[in-house]
Amino acid sequence: MQFPILSVIIFTPIIAGVLILLFPAERKTEVRVTALAAATFALGLSLWAYFSYDIAAGGYQFVEKFEWLPMMGISYHVGLDGMNAPLLLLTGVVMFTGVLISWGIDDRPREFFAFLFILATGVFGVFVTLDLFMLFFFYEIAVFPMYLLISIWGWKETREYAAMKLTLYLFIGSVIAMVGALAMYFTSGLDTFDMLELEKAGFSTAFQQLWFPFVFLGFGVLGGIWPFHNWSPDGHVAAPTAVSMFHAGVLMKLGAFAALRVGVMLLPEGAKFWMVGVICLTLVNVVYGAFIASVQNDFKYVIGFSSVSHMGLVLMGFATLTKTGFIGSGVQMFSHGVMTALFFAVVGMVYDQAHTRDIPHLGGFRKFMPMVAVAFIVGGLVSMGMPGFSGFVAEFPIFMGVWQSYPWVAVIGAVSIVITASYIIRIIGKVFFGQLPEELEGHIHDVTVLDKVALVFLSGILILLGVFPRLMVPLVESGVENVMRLLGGV
Amino acid sequence: MVSGNFDPSMFLAIFPEIMILVLGLLILLFDLFLPKEQHDKLGWVTAGGLTLIIIGSLFVAQPSGIGEQIFGGMLRHDGLSFSFKMIFLFSAAITAMFVMGMDKVGKRGEFYLLMLASTLGMCLMSSASDLIMLYLAIETTSIPLYILAGFMTEDDKSTEAGFKYLLFGAMTSAILLYGFSLLFGFTGTTNIYKISYGLQMGSFPIVVVFGVLLLIVTGFIFKISAVPMHFWAPDVYEGAPTPVAGFLSTASKAAGFSVLLRVLLIAFPGVLPYWSAFLVAISTLTMTVGNLLALTQKNIKRMLAYSSIAHAGYALIGLGSISSLSILGISSVVFYLVAYVLTNLAAFGVVAAFGKVSGSDDIAAYAGLSRRSPVLALTMMVAFLSLAGMPPFGGFVVKFIVFSAAVQANLIWLAVVGVLNSIVGLYYYLTVLKVVYLYRSEDEEKPLPIPRSYSIALCVLVFGILAIGIVMSPWFNLSTAAAHALF
Repeated sequence: MQFPILSVIIFTPIIAGVLILLFPAERKTEVRVTALAAATFALGLSLWAYFSYDIAAGGYQFVEKFEWLPMMGISYHVGLDGMNAPLLLLTGVVMFTGVLISWGIDDRPREFFAFLFILATGVFGVFVTLDLFMLFFFYEIAVFPMYLLISIWGWKETREYAAMKLTLYLFIGSVIAMVGALAMYFTSGLDTFDMLELEKAGFSTAFQQLWFPFVFLGFGVLGGIWPFHNWSPDGHVAAPTAVSMFHAGVLMKLGAFAALRVGVMLLPEGAKFWMVGVICLTLVNVVYGAFIASVQNDFKYVIGFSSVSHMGLVLMGFATLTKTGFIGSGVQMFSHGVMTALFFAVVGMVYDQAHTRDIPHLGGFRKFMPMVAVAFIVGGLVSMGMPGFSGFVAEFPIFMGVWQSYPWVAVIGAVSIVITASYIIRIIGKVFFGQLPEELEGHIHDVTVLDKVALVFLSGILILLGVFPRLMVPLVESGVENVMRLLGGV
Repeated sequence: MVSGNFDPSMFLAIFPEIMILVLGLLILLFDLFLPKEQHDKLGWVTAGGLTLIIIGSLFVAQPSGIGEQIFGGMLRHDGLSFSFKMIFLFSAAITAMFVMGMDKVGKRGEFYLLMLASTLGMCLMSSASDLIMLYLAIETTSIPLYILAGFMTEDDKSTEAGFKYLLFGAMTSAILLYGFSLLFGFTGTTNIYKISYGLQMGSFPIVVVFGVLLLIVTGFIFKISAVPMHFWAPDVYEGAPTPVAGFLSTASKAAGFSVLLRVLLIAFPGVLPYWSAFLVAISTLTMTVGNLLALTQKNIKRMLAYSSIAHAGYALIGLGSISSLSILGISSVVFYLVAYVLTNLAAFGVVAAFGKVSGSDDIAAYAGLSRRSPVLALTMMVAFLSLAGMPPFGGFVVKFIVFSAAVQANLIWLAVVGVLNSIVGLYYYLTVLKVVYLYRSEDEEKPLPIPRSYSIALCVLVFGILAIGIVMSPWFNLSTAAAHALF
């Protein structure tokens, strides 16, 4: 029998989480070491799965399928293809760096890591599943620990409000999508939740057009689609650093990915019909998100809104329904995930020392934490889409795809790049260069070794991918072929 | 199918009932002859005895594939009644373990006796196939419950709870009985399985049949505390000893559903579209009212009472989605109840364990619980998230199946109402968890001892909740088999 690598990846975090809960509360170091070991193991396995995927063969690989609830046609069905392999890797990366960054958490670290790992299991599960029921199962598992993570360890000012808002938004989105999924199940008459079977169900055009908005927007809520993006900046800001990283880095991709898998791939006719509408919404995301980011004074809100803007690009790439657009979105999900994790890590490090995130009250950090400054600049260049960094590899094809379908959208959308450059350069100039405010004199020290490892790791990936797009683009392309096949004649 | 002849093997079919009676008598004897300081063992005897009865019944009392009527058509021995009997026995065993930990009632033999009497009544309720038998069973269930709810006589709230429950119960019982008498007048039979034929032969106007049905359903709806017969639940749950409230909200409610299923489907198949539309309306109201009123509660038992009203509404979705084409509606109700019983028992168990030490049922008193007792806090989280319908807990799967039943019956709007309601539900469950995990309190350092009986019972429940949520197939197959056996 083949080694069930995907299942091992899915269940490693939750098993480690339960194990951690069994430790006595005061054994904090053991808890952290176990967490790091589990995260390293999961990262190693996801790297292995990523690089051993056979691009030439294509299709779904490492497939495992077991009956779960046969009477309803529910199965445990996982598989890896070109679309979800980068996301699997992304989750491994963010989980690993998230644990490193959270080393300093001193209030109930046992519960913190346990909840974080339950969340990770949910995320892994959604990315690799091929069964609709299982998708919702893991989706909800990924959502609820967020509430506790934000409300317990988050930023005192807004955590209760933000955590509740986030949870309710995401839950509403997912249950609305769930009704759509049930409608698909019963309409298909196939008695199965298997997505590979449902792809062949041949739903009527009217059915697809009716349900596409529910499913796509239901998941799109988690992807941060305008006007349902509202939870996201609040949530990011209130969350503790590792959770913001997970959240913006991985969880928002979960929404975008599920919108693709369930919305676009199962209801292709619906996607074609609503494409214009989706493009308009995402255009608002891209431009408005960047604009709002540029007028924020809170460092973390800037990054939060920049996520809204960049996630808009992902969804915009989907909505082009072109091959280039999909490839761009696929890479952008990975690239933005790593980039935003890096950003939030930096924000966390600055805040931990300065105890403020107000940009006018920061300055001169380059002298005290040079590595952090360099990492932020790398992230900034990625976010502006500079060639040589992963952002270019991702955003350029998206704009190309948009240009093919709607040139005017590409023109308006490109404005966001300029705005992005403006706020990134403002932050670099003010926070990292500039003058250290007097009240912070003597309070700023360099970050720990573990923090540095995380930063180097994240920025290394961004540069590596920028220099060698070959590492990811052919893989994503093989996944996109499948999507294009379902979309048929577009 | 009705066997007029007597056959000794029929006694095997009522093995659980007989053994409950024996156990009750044993408890009575122990209560009389055991020295006072040994009385805390009574709970163990009850719980252990019930567990043995469950195991024994699985061996000797399992029904064959097709159901049969026994004792001259008084009872029906089928998969549905058997499944429900197991649910009742299980919740009685768990309740006995919770009661044991309570200082005031835990050592009173009559408490366990009354609880067993009520359980006996529930077992008969789920298998009664004759109106007279059914009425007697309902009364056997209810009268001990009235006393149990008012058991703490020195506590005004408990007395009030018992009395209120008695008054409401007696009232609805009268309405129910009136409905039964009309039904007998129309059809000339009291056997539930013959009524349908009688109604068909008489060719009565639908208004009349539906009117009779309304009278009867009113009585049952009281049992499951669905709107508009839900008024009693919050007051009674708040005043009653916490384990009793748990018992009322699980076993007693499940008993109501078992009767509702049998009577509606077997006696009134002719007006199925009417009563299912009626139940859909009741279900919508029940979910919405229950959840909205739960939002503002400050007392955790009242909150759980409203939440259990809401859950009756979710289960009613399954009943309302029953059509002649598919039994998914029926099996979804049975499945829902199994998960709900486990979950709600766990929730009340945590409340009982906490209330015993802190003496308070205010939600605000739960501040700092996660620091005082991380294990209890975690158990509470499992129970509440399962109630909210989150995976990997049982509550998610059963909600999914119930909503599936609604979508299958083309009641997509009902499924949407259901999911919107579960969002409201999630909100107030999370609000409590927030207090548990986030807020600090001065009592954080005080220990929170949990008696052994609570630990065992809660462990079993948490394990069960996870088992339903993760390994759902066997449970669902059993529910479906039970649904098939109804006819």
